[in-house]
Amino acid sequence: MEEAVSLELTPDEAARITREQRETKAAKSKNLLEVRNLSTHFFTPDGVVRAVDDVSFELGYGETLGLVGESGCGKSVTALSLTRLVPNPPGRIVAGSVVFDGVDLLKLSEDGMRKLRGKEIGFIFQDPLTSLNPTLTIGYQIAEAIRQHMGLSKKASFDRVVELLAKVGIPRARDRLNDYPHQFSGGMRQRVMIAIALSCDPKLILADEPTTALDVTIQAQILELISVLSDEFGTAVLLITHDLGIAAGMCDRVNVMYAGRIVETGSVDVIFERPRMPYAWGLLDSLPRLDDVRGDRLRTIEGLPPLLINVPDACRFNPRCNFARDACRDHEPELTAREEPGHFARCWATDKGGWIP
Amino acid sequence: MTAALERTDAATDAKNGNLIEVENLKVYFPIRAGIFKNVQGTVKAVDDITFEVRRGETLGLVGESGCGKSTTGRAMIRLREPTAGSVSFDGVDLTTLKSGPLRRLRRRMQIIFQDPYGSLDPRMTVGAIISEPLETHGLAKGEGKRERVAELLKMVGLDPSYVNRYPHEFSGGQRQRIGVARALAVEPEFIVCDEPISALDVSIQAQVLNLLTDLRDRLGLTYLFIAHDLSVVKHISDRVAVMYLGKIVEIGPPDTIYAAPGHPYTRALLSAVPVPDPAMERKRRRVILTGDVPSPANPPSGCRFHTRCWLYERLGKPENCRTIDPPLREVGGTDQKAACHYAEDSIKSDVGVAHIDDTPIRHGTPDAALRFSHKSTAEIIGEIPEGDIDQALIPSIEEVPAGDAGAEDDGAKPN
Repeated sequence: MEEAVSLELTPDEAARITREQRETKAAKSKNLLEVRNLSTHFFTPDGVVRAVDDVSFELGYGETLGLVGESGCGKSVTALSLTRLVPNPPGRIVAGSVVFDGVDLLKLSEDGMRKLRGKEIGFIFQDPLTSLNPTLTIGYQIAEAIRQHMGLSKKASFDRVVELLAKVGIPRARDRLNDYPHQFSGGMRQRVMIAIALSCDPKLILADEPTTALDVTIQAQILELISVLSDEFGTAVLLITHDLGIAAGMCDRVNVMYAGRIVETGSVDVIFERPRMPYAWGLLDSLPRLDDVRGDRLRTIEGLPPLLINVPDACRFNPRCNFARDACRDHEPELTAREEPGHFARCWATDKGGWIP
Repeated sequence: MTAALERTDAATDAKNGNLIEVENLKVYFPIRAGIFKNVQGTVKAVDDITFEVRRGETLGLVGESGCGKSTTGRAMIRLREPTAGSVSFDGVDLTTLKSGPLRRLRRRMQIIFQDPYGSLDPRMTVGAIISEPLETHGLAKGEGKRERVAELLKMVGLDPSYVNRYPHEFSGGQRQRIGVARALAVEPEFIVCDEPISALDVSIQAQVLNLLTDLRDRLGLTYLFIAHDLSVVKHISDRVAVMYLGKIVEIGPPDTIYAAPGHPYTRALLSAVPVPDPAMERKRRRVILTGDVPSPANPPSGCRFHTRCWLYERLGKPENCRTIDPPLREVGGTDQKAACHYAEDSIKSDVGVAHIDDTPIRHGTPDAALRFSHKSTAEIIGEIPEGDIDQALIPSIEEVPAGDAGAEDDGAKPN
């Protein structure tokens, strides 16, 4: 990180390296995380909000999985549910199982859960300023998790903190241990968050919009850091983002969420090149791109996402969909398998026997 | 072409193609500290920039947070007092104008803000929000005002029956439409769009972006479009200016400066933008800039970018980068200017640029699927039918004599 510039890989080399990485990841077949039929509801005076509704997915060791969708689609609540951090009341996990490394987290005692958070599962949140404590030094906050979980001595944890800060690219790490969060810039604070997340060698990192509050050049630094370090430590990453570009560059597989449901899931290439769900089409259509021809109008998705109270048995996207027919309004489609292995979409129109070939 | 365009053409002599000319503009903010609030230094938010906005064009202004792009936009319509330099709007120097004439001139320039939540008064109805500028400028009253508000709502794609609702009843995208309607109320020629879609969701961003391009094309508006998202800026702009630490470092047509950036910062910025295409993401060559943007209170000597510049490193740290501040000069492509001693090297480099020469493939709705759509293409792209907008455009507003409007606001604080 000290030297200026650049990752000088030719396109061919880069493609080969990514392919190799993906192959080694695929070779490990057992999943680190298996989420089955997870439902998290919020009980509000206006009714029950089904924020996460029957969501299932798995995440392999060392894999990076993207959870993509617009605000309110349930992607953050999914991540909070995995670690049982949903504010209760009003929220409650009403059904499902979350098996992490062989243990069902939803059946674990609160004490057992506490031993896991920060140790086996690290967090990186969107806003590093509100997730760091302004009254404690950076050094203390990083060392806290290490002392809690690894039982290291003060001296040993101090050394570990310096090592971590250097690893995440904070210059003069030793001198900055006694600084407070406000003395760091946004990008630096996010580096500190990454250091905390990695401090106990977790198997999984939950990154919830890790770069949304940052400028593009800083975003590029942070994403690079996350992908380099997760490769180095073999950490799996659940990356929550609304930015399709970030998902395209970072993820091995992508789940697209809409209105509390996973509506499409597959490898990153399939999701971006051959999606089979009109919502995914709409998202890709509505993005202005660097490689665009200027002046073209964007195709948009009209309307707004539905409220998640009293959801009818119908495709949740149908009111905004250009292809909806009666079938879409009568019954909600299941996630069904498509041509490529691992590719599933929730759509009557593109399913077998549907009206879009 | 349109009423608005004809009006401007008639009002000024056509020999000058520039609507706004900014010359050596500086906006400094004092840093005060200690119990006596003594001035300890200055933040040079905008430091000596010169550029022009041509009539009818959209000039995109991009840069990272704190680079001075919003301050520039505000200084151009004098919502910020410039420290030095001049801004002339259609030949009139704004910086020396008294408040009365300034207010009258403000009718011709408006602003749309980033935050659709903070920029609308929660205690005012939509009708009151949109009609306030009409009242301020004495443009319409009574029944005429109500009609005009209904027309404006229709023009931005909102139901005119919403007129008595309050901002909290609307979604972010709808609020932004209200902000657009308010700006359009006085039939301005020039609108500063200050990050108008940054706070919105992806699918809603496209709706508002389409609305802004529609209105521009049909009303002949000139935009200063401020954004940090380079893809958005490329989509909407005729020319793009890139700012870094209070300076314009590059300006030119987007096709030119995105394909062959003359400033290493532009190249780095471009390479940092994620592209929603996994294949392209894998083969791109990235420049990862190190470190943060330096403080504008104490900018680096010489070229302000040299502390983070990859080209400076590559060229063996030439001395003039550290000592001489490079001026904005003509380089490479047509109409392209860059402020770099080694712009030619930057243009020749192949670092960082998304492969624009590749045929762009948009993997959205497949063409094969389109014929199964139950909507027409115009409906899908959310175009406003031609008839509606012509109806919504009133050729001229009955103006209250200038004396009336001017008398009450002489000496009043700027709008």
